[in-house]
Amino acid sequence: MERVSKIFSYGKIRTETAFKRTLVIIALVMVVITLGIFITLVVHAMPSIKALGFSFFWSRTWDPVSNVYGALPFLVGTLLTSFLALIISVPFSYAIAIYLGEYKPSGWLSGLLKNIVELVAAVPSVIYGFWALVVLVPIVRALEAKLGVATYGVGIFTSSLVLAVMIIPYAASLGRELIRMVPSALKEGAYSLGATRYEVLKHVILPYTKSGLFAGMLLSLGRALGETMAVTMVIGNTSIMPKSIFDPGNTMASVIANEFTEADRSVYLAALIELALVLFLVTVLVNILGKMIIKRFSNE
Amino acid sequence: MESTIVSSRNFNAYFGTNHVVKNVSMDIPKNNIIAVMGPSGCGKTTYLRCINRMHELIPGASVQGEMLLHDEDLYSLNPILVRLKIGMVFQRPNPFPNLSIYDNVIAGYKLNGFKLSKKERDEIVEHSLQKAALWNEVKDTLHKKGTFLSGGQQQRLCIARAIAMEPEVLLMDEPTSALDPISTSSIEELMHELKKNYTLVIVTHNMQQAARVSDKTAFFFLGELVEYNDTREMFINPKDSRTQNYITGRFS
Amino acid sequence: MNRKNIHNQIKYRIARNKASEVVITIYSFLITIPLIAIIFYVLKTGLSKLSWQFLTNIPQPVGELGGGIANALVGSILIVLLATIIAVPFGILCGVYLSENKNAKLSYWSRLAVDVLQGTPSIVIGIVIYFWVVKPRGGFSAFSGSIALALMMLPIVIRSTEETLKLLPDTLKEAGLALGLPYHKVILKVIIPCGVSGILSGVMLSIARIAGETAPLLFTAFGNPYLTTNVLKPMQTLPLLIFNYATSPYDEWHDLAWGASLILLIWVLAMNLITKLITRRWKVQL
Repeated sequence: MERVSKIFSYGKIRTETAFKRTLVIIALVMVVITLGIFITLVVHAMPSIKALGFSFFWSRTWDPVSNVYGALPFLVGTLLTSFLALIISVPFSYAIAIYLGEYKPSGWLSGLLKNIVELVAAVPSVIYGFWALVVLVPIVRALEAKLGVATYGVGIFTSSLVLAVMIIPYAASLGRELIRMVPSALKEGAYSLGATRYEVLKHVILPYTKSGLFAGMLLSLGRALGETMAVTMVIGNTSIMPKSIFDPGNTMASVIANEFTEADRSVYLAALIELALVLFLVTVLVNILGKMIIKRFSNE
Repeated sequence: MESTIVSSRNFNAYFGTNHVVKNVSMDIPKNNIIAVMGPSGCGKTTYLRCINRMHELIPGASVQGEMLLHDEDLYSLNPILVRLKIGMVFQRPNPFPNLSIYDNVIAGYKLNGFKLSKKERDEIVEHSLQKAALWNEVKDTLHKKGTFLSGGQQQRLCIARAIAMEPEVLLMDEPTSALDPISTSSIEELMHELKKNYTLVIVTHNMQQAARVSDKTAFFFLGELVEYNDTREMFINPKDSRTQNYITGRFS
Repeated sequence: MNRKNIHNQIKYRIARNKASEVVITIYSFLITIPLIAIIFYVLKTGLSKLSWQFLTNIPQPVGELGGGIANALVGSILIVLLATIIAVPFGILCGVYLSENKNAKLSYWSRLAVDVLQGTPSIVIGIVIYFWVVKPRGGFSAFSGSIALALMMLPIVIRSTEETLKLLPDTLKEAGLALGLPYHKVILKVIIPCGVSGILSGVMLSIARIAGETAPLLFTAFGNPYLTTNVLKPMQTLPLLIFNYATSPYDEWHDLAWGASLILLIWVLAMNLITKLITRRWKVQL
């Protein structure tokens, strides 16, 4: 009885109330931060939005010296590199997902592969960029010489190759989780009818995980769209519209990285921020969509 | 006449709009074992959780009516104060997995930041574990994690943790339902010992257990307190036909 | 269909099954090639640079020998440390709120915000922090870089905390509350310690991730050729140094960048390894 009165104090109750309130405030601050990012971008992009309007998106000339800002080369550059990277990466990430999820869910070899995939995700993008600049660019140049196109070495294609490696882990580890979620009753049903593993994969596992695997692609795409450093280092950084995938170019992220600190005019700066706004909206959209699909998939 | 320690007057409990405890009035006498029984979903566990204000932790839960501890309304006190005075043991043993056996016993003091000397701590640990009939089994492994014990031992550890706080009332929510028969009987024996110092309220869906251990039994059905009487009397001579049906196994 | 046809068909199906397995296995292990190529190349070019003076000197002008990366190493450690100090308590508490109030309206919006932040490109975070911190303060600073990195850490810390705590049984919390513990003690002394392995591995992973980030630092920490420990001044970090020197035309600077790459790679891989050990060793047995 005496102890109880000693343990209990109104100070504790006040701390408890303050703690609960802190939790709510912190959760609220998260919302405010994210809204703040959007609002900040919109506000600072305003001069460009007002001055250029929609022509910003389809004008193909970006020439800060003559105060002309058209974002089309960067939109094309971003979409080209990202989708190319996605196309290159998909067979590999799905193969890893199937291998780890279905063929060898355990064992030292799959443990090794899992660690390798994690390492690929862990290597900093600036190191990917540096390595690509020194090792990959000469290789691509040699390839371009064989193909008989202009031998820049740097460019859209090189960027896509680096990006492809960088995004494989995302779709792969997600795909592996999803493939493991396929009910074994479904698979056993097919096996009992005499299906081979390949047929189970093709007719049971892949159709079942279709939407989830698509979501994995979206998340990889989101990652590719926003990736800055590795691309900046090997894309060639030219604001001219690329004519082929072997041409140098620029993505939205790389042009911001290169020119943001040099932007001396308010419209120039605002135009770069408008690029950031577009990039933000697109990646957020792709990411949220991907996560929604996964959520629906795991709830089923 | 024994003195009453906890009593409820026209007490109601809800989950959202779901009325789960209906107008229950009952007096719990001191140093007694009260068994609360009834078929599952009858509101017995909810009623128990209202006594130390655990019910309100569930989102959407609410109560109405009076719940008195020594004539003081529990719902006008701070819940922390209530829970310091009324201890609880749960259906599944839940020792703190991050603490040793020793620290589990004094968790109520330690985690509350209440300073005790080493001597006081040792005393409380030994005393509580002895009361919980666990001392002899664990006295050499006090600094091992509590989760390495068997289920029955874990449950007795949880009892020791609750009585270390010297509560006035100890609530037990089906304390043996997750245990084997041997552990069950050792905990039932323990209840008889504990009765000397504490008042025990035990929820059980096992009629034999109610008959074996309790002094008084309350029978709940569909949220109502159907009958509340001395255990012997109730089992020999039930007043209500629903009690009779339950005791004779017409429904469970 | 006659017997021979069926026999052939089965043979074909078995062969196809075998072939598909071989193809998938080969494809899945091809990812090893770029990884080994990169690690091998960084080791080959970086190892020869490693020496005590490489770690303790600052970069020298082109043409002079004996340059090091001390400024970037100190800067990286400071900026990452500061970011961790900002992000970890905030992230853990936000994760606690989300797991404790699963169905609250605020949780829904907060979770959405975390998802959005996680998907936000790092360069965009750099720009936003430029407007929030750098411009009002009137200059680049390590501190602003730390805030940018903290924003990148938050989603990982929050999510790992939430996911870890969700797995803890409700009975644990009830045990604490029934003992008369106030809510904050239950959270801080029971719930968080029981989820410590999951939370810590999230923290370590997030540190590993931001240690290699460059883009959010371009317009915040900015870089600095000299050694400084003043977090209100521009500061060099390893990724910034690698980026600046890798894109320079001088061989000496390239070498310096390779050495820095090796150090950064060791750091990041070590963090990943530690994360694994933590998950294994600190797992609380429920």
